[in-house]
Amino acid sequence: MAKEFKGRPVVAGNIHAKAVVSREGVNTLATFQKSALMKKKQVICSDQNNKDIYNKNLTGMALCLPKTIGSTTGGMVLHTVCALGIAPAAMLFSESIDSLAAAGVILADVWTQGTIVAVDRLGDEFLNYVQDNMTITVKQDGTVTVE
Amino acid sequence: MKYNMTLTPEEEGILNGSQGETMAKVIKTLVLYGDAFGAEKFVDVTAPGHLVTSFGISVLKPVFSIMNELIESGLKAKMPFTLDPRPVDYDNVKCNFAQKFVFNKVIYGMQKPYEEQLKKLGLKSPKSFSCTCYLDEVGNTPKKGDILSWAESSAVVYANSVLGARCNRNSGIIELFGQILGKVPLFDLLTDEGRKAKWIIEVKTTKTPEAQILGSAIGLKVMEDVPYIKGLDKFLGTRLDDKVKSYLKDMGAATASNGAVGLYHVENLTPEAVESGSALIRDDAKVYVIDDAELERVKSSYPVIWKDANAQPERCFIGCPHLSYNQLIEWTQRFESELKKQNKSKVGLNTILSSAPEVIEHFKKDDKEMYDKLIGLGLKLTSICPLMYMNNPLCGSKPVITNSNKLRTYTSARYFTDDEITAIAVKGGF
Repeated sequence: MAKEFKGRPVVAGNIHAKAVVSREGVNTLATFQKSALMKKKQVICSDQNNKDIYNKNLTGMALCLPKTIGSTTGGMVLHTVCALGIAPAAMLFSESIDSLAAAGVILADVWTQGTIVAVDRLGDEFLNYVQDNMTITVKQDGTVTVE
Repeated sequence: MKYNMTLTPEEEGILNGSQGETMAKVIKTLVLYGDAFGAEKFVDVTAPGHLVTSFGISVLKPVFSIMNELIESGLKAKMPFTLDPRPVDYDNVKCNFAQKFVFNKVIYGMQKPYEEQLKKLGLKSPKSFSCTCYLDEVGNTPKKGDILSWAESSAVVYANSVLGARCNRNSGIIELFGQILGKVPLFDLLTDEGRKAKWIIEVKTTKTPEAQILGSAIGLKVMEDVPYIKGLDKFLGTRLDDKVKSYLKDMGAATASNGAVGLYHVENLTPEAVESGSALIRDDAKVYVIDDAELERVKSSYPVIWKDANAQPERCFIGCPHLSYNQLIEWTQRFESELKKQNKSKVGLNTILSSAPEVIEHFKKDDKEMYDKLIGLGLKLTSICPLMYMNNPLCGSKPVITNSNKLRTYTSARYFTDDEITAIAVKGGF
């Protein structure tokens, strides 16, 4: 059954993608660095501390998370993976976006050809409901449909 | 472009291209960033910047492209900036042939051209590579109330908390853009309301808590919120001398890396807590009590993620964030004392102490005897970033120990307290 959630579009866009879900904060550097360094065609999460998404593909996915954590390199890491064409299609935050993730998705939007659609403030219910591989549809106005 | 911030006519002009297309993109990025956090306007940056991106990692080509675009458009920071430590130092942190090859050709192959870019963008000096830019020797020390455009979580939390400057937890690139524009969006830690504490931390330990574990416990609990710490002045006193500032440096780095703390207040000690006291605490603040048992619980929760959990350590890193002058002396004395205890003359483990270039110069010049002693004990002194050194598959797979909770968080290094690590390093293993 489809369920709809309403958030705030930080970087607006329309996308349709499969969900990959982290119930805890995503450490951007630890998650993306290995695949980026090895110049992989897909980002496979390399953060061993995040049991939810470790070893899972994130490229082209709708990454559902509370927020990002970790190093202040986080924003430019997101910008870089977007420029390399291996970023998640969307980042869907249950909480208000943090300053590092905001920097990353905005840098990607302004300075690269690509975009990471970002919606925040989707609420705890969103993160409790969404499961890996569910189908996510995001609309420009921040409406997120999960089915 | 739609936006909510109120811009001055000059800022509006820049956004519309009065200073060129690249500068328009710089301010557009900052306006969108400010809008995401409800900033109403820009405020002037009042002190030099500090950048987090000190490493020419080849994969960051998109970042170097932005830097090129800025340089080609004639843009640079309004004031000379400092930045985080370099990633390698082959003289003091030995690498084998394969590691050197990978560092030079694959991972940090862009280091030299990147440093050329940094010079053009306003790098203060070739020595300005340290995460502790705020130390007297390095000289990028903001005053209370200064508005900053910095990244590097450990530096931001120190500037906010110990110096009373005002800075958000900015990402790399964003901090440079703020320095180029000379303005940052006004939100969160730049505002009085954003600097109020959502947590009261009650320290009820029987002795001075290990700075790195206390910071870790606080960070893991409060995440990005501002904590007001009570009971620590009982151990640290009420004067911000060099020893206390070094303690707060290490504790703060752990709060920022184990959580995402950008500011903490210590009752009767840090400038705003001394000035405003409990008025800094929000009415709805939650309470977290930290006693000996809680510190032990936090420490024992750290996972061991070495490939072989039973391996012996091959290297020990001390100094993330970089050590201060008084810490270099303390560590020399601590090792000297432990060597006597174990009846040895040199440390048994490859042990590397990391500190800012200017601090090492100060140490060599003004305390030559102690410096010679440190080297004589078999310790190495470097200015690299241990985190950047370890953040690659080759070095990351080695069994490394550290007293840094930041290094533990971002790499596979195992954490030990100052006393434990001294004993292990002298012995040469467990």
